[in-house]
Amino acid sequence: MHLGPDDVVFWQWGFVKLNSTIVTTWVLMAVLVGGSHLITRKLATGLTISRWQNLLEIIVGSAKKQIGEVGLSRPEKYIGFLGTLFLFIGLSNLSTIIPGYEPPTGSLSTTAALAISVFVAVPFYGIADNGWRGYLRTYLEPTFIMLPFNIISELTRTLALAVRLFGNIMSGSMILAVLFSITPLIFPIFMTLLGLLTGMVQAYIFSILATVYIAAATRTHEPESK
Amino acid sequence: MDNVTLVAIISIAVSGLTIAVGTIGPALGQGRAVASALTSLAQQPDASTTITRTLFVGLAMIESLAIYCFLIAIIIIFANPFWNHVVAKAGGG
Repeated sequence: MHLGPDDVVFWQWGFVKLNSTIVTTWVLMAVLVGGSHLITRKLATGLTISRWQNLLEIIVGSAKKQIGEVGLSRPEKYIGFLGTLFLFIGLSNLSTIIPGYEPPTGSLSTTAALAISVFVAVPFYGIADNGWRGYLRTYLEPTFIMLPFNIISELTRTLALAVRLFGNIMSGSMILAVLFSITPLIFPIFMTLLGLLTGMVQAYIFSILATVYIAAATRTHEPESK
Repeated sequence: MDNVTLVAIISIAVSGLTIAVGTIGPALGQGRAVASALTSLAQQPDASTTITRTLFVGLAMIESLAIYCFLIAIIIIFANPFWNHVVAKAGGG
């Protein structure tokens, strides 16, 4: 029994491996980038816009609104990162309706990479907003006694982000595999339906948690600037 | 009963116990969270977006505990480090 898309190896040359995770991730990235490029090639501002432009406007508009509601006052600055996280995780979880597809988010390597990019983005945006001193002061937030706990929480929440997404998606595909061996006719459909729901919820939660972390790192300066 | 059988029995029993005991706490916590969220929604339907978003984030936090237990159970069954150790020892000795 294989535990995830990491075990499906297409091509191997010594240390270098080309497994299902990498291939699926690149295909998804190509779909996202190519699709966005095709749609944004002819944008219209008139009364009639193409239906694909309408779709993108809905996605971008609601993402901006969500980011603004969490507490980041200028969503345009962060939507490039947070929106990409949401779209990639969402597409990779939704594509499970394609037969034979294995979601790359069901591999710990992918989710760890996404969580590490959040781990890097939090100090990046914090320093860009507050400067080095302002960002480092957030570690001493209530009192200086909390310094070790703040550092530990920085590491554990990265681990939790990675393991939460991985565990949810991996458990979904594992339950499907078990159900296929027991009742292959109808029940896997319902579990796939549930998997689609949890996949979207997990994509939402991953990006909203990243937003909350970035908002916590950038917030200290905001009341003074207003 | 030799060591290999003993390790197998204990691993299977413990992985079942992990998921059984480990989901009790998160289940109670999620039940309480959803119940109070529904109460707040009934009292203040206007604040539904904020309540729903906070509820989802909180549920994800609580759920990750159950997910950790599930991962431990999976590791004990499919990637048990003690199992490999015992099998290697039995094969070698």
